[in-house]
Amino acid sequence: MTRLAFLWDTFLQLLAGVPVTLSLVAVSVALGGLLALALTGIRRASRLGEWAVSAYVFALRGSPLLIQIFLIYYGFGQIGWIRSSFLWPFLREPWWCAITALALNTAAYQAEVLRGGLNAVPKGAVEAARVCGMGRAMAFRRIVLPIAIRQALPAYTSEVVIMVKATSLASIITLFEITGIAHSIVSETFRAFEVLSIAGLIYLAINFTLTRAFRRLEIRLTPQSRGRPTDRPVSKA
Amino acid sequence: MSKLARLAIAVVAVLPLAAAPALAKEWTTIKVATEAAFPPFNSATPDGKVVGFEPDLLVEICSRAKLTCETVIQEWKGIIPGLLAGKYDAIMSGMSVTPKRQEVIDFSIPYTNSPSTYAVLKGSPLIAALGEPKRVMLPEEAAAKASTAADAKALAGKLLAVQTATIQADFAKTYMPDVKTRVYETTQEEDLDLKAGRIDAIFASASSLVATLEQSNGEIVLAGPKYYGGLLGIGSAFGIQKDQPELKAKLDAAIASCIADGTVKRLAEKWFHVDTTPRP
Amino acid sequence: MDGLVAYFTLIGFGPTGWGVPLLRAATMTVAVSLAAFGVGIVFGVFGCWAKLSKSVVAQSAAAVYTTVLRGVPDLLVIYLLYFGGSQAIGAIARTFGHQGFFGLNGFVVGMMAVGIISGAYQTEVLRGAYLAIPKGELEAARVASMGRLLMLRRIIAPQTLRFALPGMGNVWQLILKESALISVVGLIEIMNQTRLAVGRTGAAFSFYITGAILFLVITTFSGAAFRRAEAWAMRGMAGRVRQ
Repeated sequence: MTRLAFLWDTFLQLLAGVPVTLSLVAVSVALGGLLALALTGIRRASRLGEWAVSAYVFALRGSPLLIQIFLIYYGFGQIGWIRSSFLWPFLREPWWCAITALALNTAAYQAEVLRGGLNAVPKGAVEAARVCGMGRAMAFRRIVLPIAIRQALPAYTSEVVIMVKATSLASIITLFEITGIAHSIVSETFRAFEVLSIAGLIYLAINFTLTRAFRRLEIRLTPQSRGRPTDRPVSKA
Repeated sequence: MSKLARLAIAVVAVLPLAAAPALAKEWTTIKVATEAAFPPFNSATPDGKVVGFEPDLLVEICSRAKLTCETVIQEWKGIIPGLLAGKYDAIMSGMSVTPKRQEVIDFSIPYTNSPSTYAVLKGSPLIAALGEPKRVMLPEEAAAKASTAADAKALAGKLLAVQTATIQADFAKTYMPDVKTRVYETTQEEDLDLKAGRIDAIFASASSLVATLEQSNGEIVLAGPKYYGGLLGIGSAFGIQKDQPELKAKLDAAIASCIADGTVKRLAEKWFHVDTTPRP
Repeated sequence: MDGLVAYFTLIGFGPTGWGVPLLRAATMTVAVSLAAFGVGIVFGVFGCWAKLSKSVVAQSAAAVYTTVLRGVPDLLVIYLLYFGGSQAIGAIARTFGHQGFFGLNGFVVGMMAVGIISGAYQTEVLRGAYLAIPKGELEAARVASMGRLLMLRRIIAPQTLRFALPGMGNVWQLILKESALISVVGLIEIMNQTRLAVGRTGAAFSFYITGAILFLVITTFSGAAFRRAEAWAMRGMAGRVRQ
């Protein structure tokens, strides 16, 4: 097989992993988002809640995702009561273990992103809503949350990009997403450099498309800034 | 001249010296890669030493070949790419000689040979379903076909574990394409998942399963036929870069001497509890 | 209770305990992270300089660098540098007439890989910090007839560092966690040591949770160090002091 044909063939094989990667990202980011909302609610409810959520965020952001994945997959698999609980049908499957680890992890980061967004909501906006007769809940839903989400969108974009990259770790617990397929092609052909480069390019393309889409969304959600050039980098550090 | 420019010149001047020349002709020192996670072939102790059948044998081989050997730990799936990239001079990591690998690297003569077989949980219905522990030679096509077809039938609807980039993974793909397999990074992770009940059987080297069985306190047992030859290879050997006849000659002579005087047999009985000396 | 005793025997310092190797591995994690942090700052300074320069070539090179390094999974970057890096260095070495292979050990590969990845983030942190320097300060320095180098040393470098410290703290945390990925190139840091220990003992839960705790301890102490550094850098700037 010529070199070019080999590269093309590798590319086609790796494409088969794209849906797995994307579904891992979509499901874990969505579940993590819901969890982040819940965490934000708990955080605002009481001092104890604030403390508990901070501890959660600290633990999940302070240790590597790789070790979290191993802990959930192999560690929890050893504990008898987890194996006999309702969780086991899920945790038995590598796919759900990856989703669990990724969602728990991104929830901690998303909770921080949300907190940043909420802190950026002007006090005046909330006061105006209350003056108009909105209740606390309604003001939160109609005024605070939309403003917070819009404020947090750039940080949110970079979180999604980071999650796309993070899914590559799922290959370590037997999942065949892009990186997993890449490794299995390497084990057949031993051409690590070429195969992994193509895998890298596919990730790059996915992230490029995602950041573009998110920037469009950002512009749509921020009508007042239309016509002004934005000088934000492609993704935020 | 600025400090920076002087530094740059110093770096450029020293670079070739820092890259201590690996002598192409006269081998005196070699770096040998091991996974250090494939007991009893090789595994790491708490203080970072690599122990097992191979480290013991390596000491013998290196002293007979008059080589100073340095051990490098390398994750299994990158072990051949690492050799190709020049990270080390040889691989000694329970790696079998197979035609596919011979396309990219060379091998010494084998120093151990053991069959591949199944491991399941004690009391599993698969023990009966997989049948007797008979010897099956893959090159004898009719017998091999009948036996693997029977295995595939027994494993229908079950989940089989193999380690990534191994002859056993190739075997499952070739002979039992319809059986669902899950591919693991290390053998210990297969053991953990068999005990957790995520998988129903492991297909692996009988020698490496010795460690699995010992560590499981009787929870895990062997089952089914023992397969030899064909794409399972002719035994484990050193993997070296292509076109290194001097190194190959040195290693071959040392291995032959270790086989001849019974060193391999002694070490195999110590670590595998059976004689796995390869027979020509 | 028996479980706890067994756990502490396992990770303790007794003859069958993994305490010493785990501590050694933790030291390795800190060492390789510090080295990578240094490499990242070098790459970050060059990246920042390129992004702010007037040269289109330098600007686009820096843009490619940050886009690629922040868009490709770090695991792949590490593998690519591991397998590709020694081929490249081997080629360089051969141009100097040197024969044979030039292997890089896990520490150097890990340090370079994580350093280069974090350099992409460091670039943005430094760029943001530079742009945060009030224009008036630079004008004042110029009016006071400072030369470019003097201005760089007296105004730009200290001010950039001051504004960059919080961001650099984040990059440091990122590097610490990233260092876990270096386990794939054979460096015995926390992640690799716990994996080896699990392989040998089968105690997956005990060791992975211990590994996570070791990381949390390092994160906590280094986070506190960064906050002190920030407070120090911000001294005398009433109202801008964080914490």
